[in-house]
Amino acid sequence: MESRAMERQADEKIDLRGTPCPMNWVKTKLRLEELKQGQLLEVLLDDGEPMRNVPGSVKAEGHRIVAAAPLEHGFRLLIERAGDAAQ
Amino acid sequence: MDTDKSKEQRAEQRAEELKAGGFIPQRQRGKITVRCKAPGGRMTSERLAKIAEVAQEYGQGLVHLSVRMSPEILYVELSDLDDVVRELEEVGQEIASCGKRFRVSTACGGCEYNPNGWTDTQRLAVQATDRFFGQETPHKFKTTFSGCVIDCPRARETDLGFQGMVSPRLEDEKCTNCGICVRVCRDEALTMDAKELPVRDADRCTSCGDCIKSCPLDAMVPGRTGHAVYVGGKHGKHPHVAYPVAQLVPDDTVMDVIEATMDWYRQHGNTGERIGNTFDRVGIDGFRRALRDVVGDGLLTAEDLQKHGWRSVFYRGLADTFPQYGALD
Ligand code: SF4
Ligand code: SF4
Ligand code: SF4
Repeated sequence: MESRAMERQADEKIDLRGTPCPMNWVKTKLRLEELKQGQLLEVLLDDGEPMRNVPGSVKAEGHRIVAAAPLEHGFRLLIERAGDAAQ
Repeated sequence: MDTDKSKEQRAEQRAEELKAGGFIPQRQRGKITVRCKAPGGRMTSERLAKIAEVAQEYGQGLVHLSVRMSPEILYVELSDLDDVVRELEEVGQEIASCGKRFRVSTACGGCEYNPNGWTDTQRLAVQATDRFFGQETPHKFKTTFSGCVIDCPRARETDLGFQGMVSPRLEDEKCTNCGICVRVCRDEALTMDAKELPVRDADRCTSCGDCIKSCPLDAMVPGRTGHAVYVGGKHGKHPHVAYPVAQLVPDDTVMDVIEATMDWYRQHGNTGERIGNTFDRVGIDGFRRALRDVVGDGLLTAEDLQKHGWRSVFYRGLADTFPQYGALD
């Protein structure tokens, strides 16, 4: 089920299904760094370990997850890039 | 002026006195290992540099990190003991203990910087060591602090171990029903209810906090945090798995738990008997009664141990062989 915030358009998308921990987080982080503050990154992740690790790391870096929704396989996160000061 | 001989005699006498206090005779005659105190395995770089300097000057430039996190300076001459102690004192580096007493507490990083940690293990290890270090007990008495149920420092194999735990709490209005928490929970403790809100089966929950960390919108938040208490574990020739005896014990009760446990152990333990062996001999319900005075309804019961959350902390197959807890009057 899609949540409303998901309707905001993502500025970048990255499909990390099949990419194991911690590379999925490294790639997410690098891609977020290329964005400007307030821009949105859509990330697709596998179930299990990735979902246990990546959302926590995203939050710990000060970014905001504005929406999350299950896919048939894995999950989709929509992440708003934080300002550099927040990180 | 001291003669070399009298200096050596005094040093030998000192070593006897302090064998129980962090100086370990080596198999090489006249050489000792000096065990340095480092609660939680942490120390300042200044102290670490001093230990290195002393090892270089008085030993063979070798330091061994003991299995319980104490840096040990190897190959020190017995006759240099006073000088070594004095040099280490210059930076506040104290000597650890051996023998039948409360040992330096160990701990992982805990919540201060470990992403998994829920409790301030480092602070508690220092607090416990400051308060109980060196106090005598029937046999050695080891304590450890793990920041979460992953239990890297092995609270389950320690005389008295504390393990961080958290009760997740849902803030309904923030939840977007994404279901991540349900899927990350390894203990099948969460299910979606009719309103698509996650509900927790407290009997299945192991208090790991994975759901809190992975909830993208901070709808799942820490409720109560505290410590699971394990007692009676040990390694050695005849290892013992610790009994889980209490849950969600708050920080400010931890020192009271240690004190009550040591008191009970001193009253009931035979000299040379680890507390786990005392339980083998006299049973554990007497101890549970003493502990109840400190932890109240945090005390675990026989029924609690049958729930998935607690059964799953035992090594494979052990839950069924574990002694039953009696009902306390
Ligand atoms: S017990 Fe938990 S908090 Fe401590 S080091 Fe292991 S994972 Fe980290
Ligand atoms: S704390 Fe751990 S075991 Fe309990 S509901 Fe959350 S993920 Fe599941
Ligand atoms: S992960 Fe958070 S937002 Fe998603 S269902 Fe669980 S509590 Fe709700």
